Amino acid sequence: MGEAIVITSGKGGVGKTTTSANIGTALALQGKKVCLVDTDIGLRNLDVVMGLENRIIYDLVDVVQGRCKIHQALVKDKRFEDKLYLLPAAQTTDKTAVQPEQMKKLVDELKQDYDYIIIDCPAGIEQGYKNAVAGADKAIVVTTPEVSAVRDADRIIGLLEKEENVEAPKLVINRIRNHLMKNGDMLDVDEITTHLSIDLIGIVADDDEVIKASNHGEPIALNPNSKASIAYRNIARRILGEAVPLQQLEDTNQGVFSKIKRFFGVR
Amino acid sequence: MKKSQNVTIKGTKDGLTLHLDDTCSYDELKKELDRKLSNSSRIQEEDKLLSVKVTVGNRYLTEQQQEELKELIRQKRNLIVEEIETNVLTREEAEQLKDENEIVSIARVIRSGQVIEVSGDLLLIGDVNPGGTVKASGNIFIMGTLKGIAHAGSGGNEEAVIAASVMKPSQLRIGDCINRAPDHNSDDEARVMECAFISENRQIIIDRLQVLIQQRPNLTRFEGGR
Repeated sequence: MGEAIVITSGKGGVGKTTTSANIGTALALQGKKVCLVDTDIGLRNLDVVMGLENRIIYDLVDVVQGRCKIHQALVKDKRFEDKLYLLPAAQTTDKTAVQPEQMKKLVDELKQDYDYIIIDCPAGIEQGYKNAVAGADKAIVVTTPEVSAVRDADRIIGLLEKEENVEAPKLVINRIRNHLMKNGDMLDVDEITTHLSIDLIGIVADDDEVIKASNHGEPIALNPNSKASIAYRNIARRILGEAVPLQQLEDTNQGVFSKIKRFFGVR
Repeated sequence: MKKSQNVTIKGTKDGLTLHLDDTCSYDELKKELDRKLSNSSRIQEEDKLLSVKVTVGNRYLTEQQQEELKELIRQKRNLIVEEIETNVLTREEAEQLKDENEIVSIARVIRSGQVIEVSGDLLLIGDVNPGGTVKASGNIFIMGTLKGIAHAGSGGNEEAVIAASVMKPSQLRIGDCINRAPDHNSDDEARVMECAFISENRQIIIDRLQVLIQQRPNLTRFEGGR
C-alpha cells in the first residue's frame, strides 16, 4: 500500500508542477514505483514538463466518468523501467467535472499498485484544491521567499491542518536567490520556517537549468550536475526517511581556475 | 399569628432601602408596595428626588417585572430606583457571566484567513500570522508573536487589553477603537513583551507590558497570598 502526497501552494507560479515532476522523478530514480497525478483540470502542465504530452490518450476525467480503465489512461515514462507513470488532467473541461469523493476513490485505487502517488494541485483554494487534497495522506507546501507566496502558503497550511486524513504538511522553499537573501532583500529560510511553523523538507535554489530542462520536457532531477537536481533528489531521500542535511546555498562548485581568476580580480 | 410586612423601608447611612419580601406572591407584593407608598404618613414637601435601593432577596424578577417595580416606585413618591438587588441569577445569566470571566486557552497557530472568536479572555499559545484574526469579548494574551489582527473587548468593553510576547500587529482593535500599524514599520525594533490599551483620550496606546499594572489594576483576580 503506497502513500499519496499532494504538492500544493495556494499561490500560482511558485513551482508546484516542477516540484511534483522532480520529486516524482527523483523517487523513481530511487527505485520506487511512482504515479504522478495532475489535478489541474483545464490547465494541465505536468505532462508538458515531463515531456509526455504526445502520448496522452485518456485523462483523469475519462477515468472518473468511467469512459476508460485507470491503466488505459496512465502514461508510462519510457526513461524509467516501469517505475514512473503519469495520470494526466483533462484539458477540455474544468475542475467541477470531478468531485472529491471520486478523487479519493481513484487515489485509493492507485495506492494498491504504487509506492508513491504524487498529486499536483492547482493554484487556489476552490474545487480543484479540494479534489487534490481529498485522497492525500501527506502534503508538501511549496513557497518562494516572497511575502505574497508565504502568505498564501500560510493560508493553505491552515486549510490542510483541518483535513483529518492529511498529516502535518512539510515545507519546500523554492527559487531561492542567494544574493538577495544574503542582503536581506528576500525573506530568509529561517524566517519563513519560523513564520509558518512547519517542518522544512527541502530548499531549492533558483536555477536557469530548471526552466531549460522543463522546456525540453526533461525534469531537472535527471541531470545529476545541477544544484536544483540535487535539491530535488535530497527531498526525495527525505521523503523516504533518510536524514539528509540541507544544501549549502553558496556557490561551492567553483573550480581552481575560477578561484585563481577571482584572486587576480578577474571575473 | 400576624403576618409580617412584605415591604419594609429602611434608612441606612447609604440612603433609603426598600426590602421586598421574597416569600409572598408578586401581585401581593405589588399591591402592598403600592399601598405603603401611597398612604405613607409623611408627605415630603421638597421636590428633591431621592434614590433608593431595592432588595428582593431570593426572588427572581424578569426584566419586565423590574421595570414595573421601578415605574411603581417612581410614580408614587419622589423616589428613584438606583438599583435592584437580587440573590438569584438565571442559568443563562450565570453561564454568560462565567464565560465572560473565563480565560479560554488555545494552543495553535492562527494562520492567514482564520478567525478565532471567544467570549471571555483569550490565552493563545502560538502566533497570529498576518491575515489571521483573534477576537475576544475580554482581554487577549498572546504567548507568541502577534502579526495579524487582534480585537479585544469585542462586545464594547473599552477596558480590555491586548498583550503579546512580540507585538507586530497589522491592526489592533479594542472596543470600537481601531489602530493600525504604521505603513513603514522598522523591522529592527524587537517589540517584545508589549501591551495595548485605550488611553484617557480614547486612543489605543502600545507600551511596555509592565504599564498595565498601573493602567488596569483590575486584571489581578488573585486574592490572598502574602
